[in-house]
Amino acid sequence: MTEVLLQATGLRLAFGGVKAADNIDLGVMKGEFLAIIGPNGAGKTTFINMSTGYLRPNAGEITYEGRRITGMSPRAIVKLGIARSFQLPQLFIEHTVEQNIALAVASRDGIWSPLAPLMRPRYRDEARDLLARFGLSAIADTRADALNEGARKLADIAMAVALKPRLLLMDEPTSGVAASEKMAIVETLVNVLRDAKVTAVFVEHDMDVVERFADRVAVWSQGRIAALGPPDQVLNDPAVLRDVIGIERHA
Amino acid sequence: MRRYEPILALVLAAAMITAAIMAPWLRFVLTIALAKGIAVVGILLLLRAGQVSFGHALYVAFGAYVVAFLAPRLNDAVLLLAAAAVGAGILGLLIGLFVTRYRQIFFGMLNLAMSMVFYSLLEKLYHITHGSDGIRVEVMPVAGQALDRVAYEWSIFGIALALAFTVGLLVRLYLSSPMGEALAGIKTRETRLEFMGVPARGVLLSAYVMSAMLGGIGGAIIAMTSRHVTPLLAYWTSSGELVFIAILGGAGGVLGPFLGAAAFELVRIYAAASFADAWQLILGSVLLLVILFAPGGLWGMAARLLGKGGTR
Repeated sequence: MTEVLLQATGLRLAFGGVKAADNIDLGVMKGEFLAIIGPNGAGKTTFINMSTGYLRPNAGEITYEGRRITGMSPRAIVKLGIARSFQLPQLFIEHTVEQNIALAVASRDGIWSPLAPLMRPRYRDEARDLLARFGLSAIADTRADALNEGARKLADIAMAVALKPRLLLMDEPTSGVAASEKMAIVETLVNVLRDAKVTAVFVEHDMDVVERFADRVAVWSQGRIAALGPPDQVLNDPAVLRDVIGIERHA
Repeated sequence: MRRYEPILALVLAAAMITAAIMAPWLRFVLTIALAKGIAVVGILLLLRAGQVSFGHALYVAFGAYVVAFLAPRLNDAVLLLAAAAVGAGILGLLIGLFVTRYRQIFFGMLNLAMSMVFYSLLEKLYHITHGSDGIRVEVMPVAGQALDRVAYEWSIFGIALALAFTVGLLVRLYLSSPMGEALAGIKTRETRLEFMGVPARGVLLSAYVMSAMLGGIGGAIIAMTSRHVTPLLAYWTSSGELVFIAILGGAGGVLGPFLGAAAFELVRIYAAASFADAWQLILGSVLLLVILFAPGGLWGMAARLLGKGGTR
């Protein structure tokens, strides 16, 4: 776990007077699960948005496998092997769950075949296999707008995994999910990602999830990385406990 | 519901042929209905992406004027149909490069603006277009065969029917393909498409070019059937008529536009004959009833009668 997959160097981005990224330096190691924690507005989602081409930093650069991706479009970045999921699941709500996944599978081929059906055996079988691994087979034929929050989150992540990324960035994969199903969802998710050998960066507010599943934790505060290291070290840091976890517990 | 589509299409085609045989004057009405149905399939494509064009009569008029202008040199219905389709496709590509940058009301109104520019050109460039007098289109050979007027009208009806079938089949396949499903994705989660590596604008542009080609084909058939083209074909009310038919027929399946076009033309003919001063009132009332009681249009009603939701 020593090879750097994604490297952010000197990233700066401000919205008006608010510094969403203030000289961010961060390397994501191949194979690791890196959790990003911090209060709302600290710049966590901004980092994901910059890494996936949705936002362009004012200064600094991001490299992926040694290649500069700063300023590239989301489409170009996806093709390099970086996928993302969203805080608010971005499903095609008039399609079934299986069609959502199949469309993501098909998008790897460029989707430009105008006459062959989407639900051809190759795409359908791969979609079904992925749904089975995510434990979503029972809702394969359910329209996406009829799902509960936990299923929507998993389906959203499954769509990203269907792209066969080497790096997956997840924005609050458990937010809005009932506490009773949270650990089971993350357990499922981590197993799928480990099997697929996907490196993962995830923004998370639940410290139990972070402690249990993250290899390293980056603590964001006012656009800066306030702490970075293994969970047992970072989550016991008095400053982190006071400034981040304390805030989370009272939020 | 999709599996009933081919059967319903055959039933509808058989009904049209029977009606055209039993009442020859209906042949003209049904050919125009088929032409408008083909153009409205283009509207359906854009509706699938959540976009409404209030200016698609531009392509219908363009196809009609291609026939009127080229008929003296390219005197064959089949060749002229191909020329109208290709010409409208090229025009659709040029305009589409601009309008597909926009969505919703901006997309709709930019299309309207384009069609009105074209309408004004047709009106004002009198020496070329003959202005509001329009251009007469003579009976022309079909696939190299010189025909008398009745045989010619039957041929154009047959071509329109065959094209309607072909267009319906191809569009049906397209809408079920990854490209067609991505088009539907523009309506609900365009951002997601981009993060899947799919160029949403490219998907919409390709659908736009297809819809322009369908408009051009529809316009060419109208020109060959009515044998007279005027700038009114590009006027905004003509574009509104296409959207009207799309709503009346329903956007849930490719038969919807043809059901809508046939119903529209028949209601208009009978309403105009029975209530000369109130036919628009009757058409408007029909649309109001459809919107209130059958929001899925005639196709949605058919789907309900057959016991399936069937529309998306």
